[in-house]
Amino acid sequence: MNDQRKFKPSLILVHALLIILVVINLFPLYWMMTFSLKDNDEIFGGYLKDSEGKVILDENGEKITVERNMIGLPRTWRWNNYPRALNTGNMGRYFLNSLIVSASAIIITLIAAFMATYAMTRLVWKGRKLMNKFFMLGLTIPIHAALVPVFMILSRMKLLDTYVALIIPYAAFSLSMGILISIGFMGDIPYDLDEAAFLDGCGVWGIFFRVIVPLMMPATATVGIYAFLQCWNELLFATIFVSKGMYMTLPVGVQQLFGQYTTDWGPIGAALAIATIPTMIVYALLSKRIQAGFIAGAVKG
Amino acid sequence: MKRTFSYKLSIFIFLLPALILFLGILIAPIVMSVIYSLNDFKAISGADMNFVGLKNYIELFSPQLVNEKGALYTNVNYMGDALVNSLILGFFSVFIQLPIALSIALKLSKGIRGERAYLSIFFMPVLISTVIIGRLWMNIYETNGLLNSALDALGIKNQVFSWISARITSTKMPFQGGWTGYKETALFAAFIPILWQYVGYHMLLMYAGIKGVPMDLLEAAQLDGCTEGQVNRHIVIPYIKPILKVCVIFAVTGSLKSFDLIYTLMKDTRRAELPSTLMYKLTFLNNRYGLGSAIAVVLIILCFAFAMLISLAFRDKGEKVS
Repeated sequence: MNDQRKFKPSLILVHALLIILVVINLFPLYWMMTFSLKDNDEIFGGYLKDSEGKVILDENGEKITVERNMIGLPRTWRWNNYPRALNTGNMGRYFLNSLIVSASAIIITLIAAFMATYAMTRLVWKGRKLMNKFFMLGLTIPIHAALVPVFMILSRMKLLDTYVALIIPYAAFSLSMGILISIGFMGDIPYDLDEAAFLDGCGVWGIFFRVIVPLMMPATATVGIYAFLQCWNELLFATIFVSKGMYMTLPVGVQQLFGQYTTDWGPIGAALAIATIPTMIVYALLSKRIQAGFIAGAVKG
Repeated sequence: MKRTFSYKLSIFIFLLPALILFLGILIAPIVMSVIYSLNDFKAISGADMNFVGLKNYIELFSPQLVNEKGALYTNVNYMGDALVNSLILGFFSVFIQLPIALSIALKLSKGIRGERAYLSIFFMPVLISTVIIGRLWMNIYETNGLLNSALDALGIKNQVFSWISARITSTKMPFQGGWTGYKETALFAAFIPILWQYVGYHMLLMYAGIKGVPMDLLEAAQLDGCTEGQVNRHIVIPYIKPILKVCVIFAVTGSLKSFDLIYTLMKDTRRAELPSTLMYKLTFLNNRYGLGSAIAVVLIILCFAFAMLISLAFRDKGEKVS
């Protein structure tokens, strides 16, 4: 069966098409990496310069022309574009801010989602189905709805330019998906366990903390990854609610950096690479779980 | 379990964190947006708020948007333009992006060699921040960027430029190579990175759906002598209809809400204005909070309306089949 497959000409065609798609997918990233290690003279053609930007002369005192090299590997690997991007852009700070904001939002989302899911699926009361439907409205509400009112509230409470200004809205907008995913996972926990724990003398809180939460670890990963990617790349709230460098998250910080290097492609490329590489490493390690997070959200919706 | 007072109290406490977040950040702001959209005010505190009825909506949909300094945007209905642009993006997404995603998903899910590797690579762009993708594509579309260099290297730059110049009506200037600088090219230029980034997302969802099709169903069809195309058309695609519905809803509402890419890709978003970029400019650059809220309300209504319409469309078809 396998051998037959290998020799099918149609299968070779399929692989050829898929490989073309792979190249299309990877080329922009390859290109980003290469121009992050070049200077403009090499990218657009010009004269050879040293790392300080001074023109290098040959033994006859003539400038050395550099041919345009837009997509090839760098002829001189200019690693100092990276410290330039890091120092001017304060990338480390933005990175830390993104981490603080995302992690806090995830924790709040998880706590709120697990508790609400427990109340709506394991406890018996009138209106729990309706409450669930109500929370699911959040899947369709665009974040623009919150933009002006939340901006005004934050400004009145003097909370603009703080971590809280992003953490609470991010948690709120991840909540509906968090509940949706949690319902799926909590439904898989057998109800017998609740009853056994009840007979052992556990109350609703005991069942929640001793039975449900420990068994919800897979859900923690899925909800956490989903919420993390939502928060990590968010731009609209981050642009409007935070304007001080101290609290800027990575997307806004990177955006700021472009203002300083409008035409210098090397440091821009370096900044882009610095912002991209960590995500790619995490993806390489957790690709299956990350994909599962996205699938869980959509398939159960 | 007994339904005592403490039981009821527990239920309430379990719901409390989610309710506070949900009511405070999602539901109350919708109500507030509706109220703000009926008022005119320029102070962030809302101190100078005065009720103007539907005036903001009328201003939004009339061919002029005026700020306090006089005519900022003249003779063009920017909101109308922005809505049309976002619907064009949605149309492209549904009729170009989703079919590509579906055909890749159908091929990959048939157990092709290297299926996991292909899947992971195609999905990867979804995880990259749109800010980065926008800036990367800016370097592609610039006058001396990658696209024009490639056209130059192929020796067809002048032909392409004059072909586009002949089709540009928004300005008398000939096409100079700035792909995001012309109304006729900017929106399409923005669609390409969106396609690049999200095709893998839809593909992953569809792939997961196809993997859920029961094996015995597929085997039975093969025993009956169905070709691959027939199996796809009559078994796989009807089976994954719920996922296709989700993909269409995401593609359309995503286009309505789209902000990040246009905002990063273009110095002047007016060439491909979207409701969000217009809202951002009016609200936070011109302090027209009431007008901005009107855009938010229009977006909320449209998102819900499209989600319902698409669900309805998918349900009707399903009933006809059965």
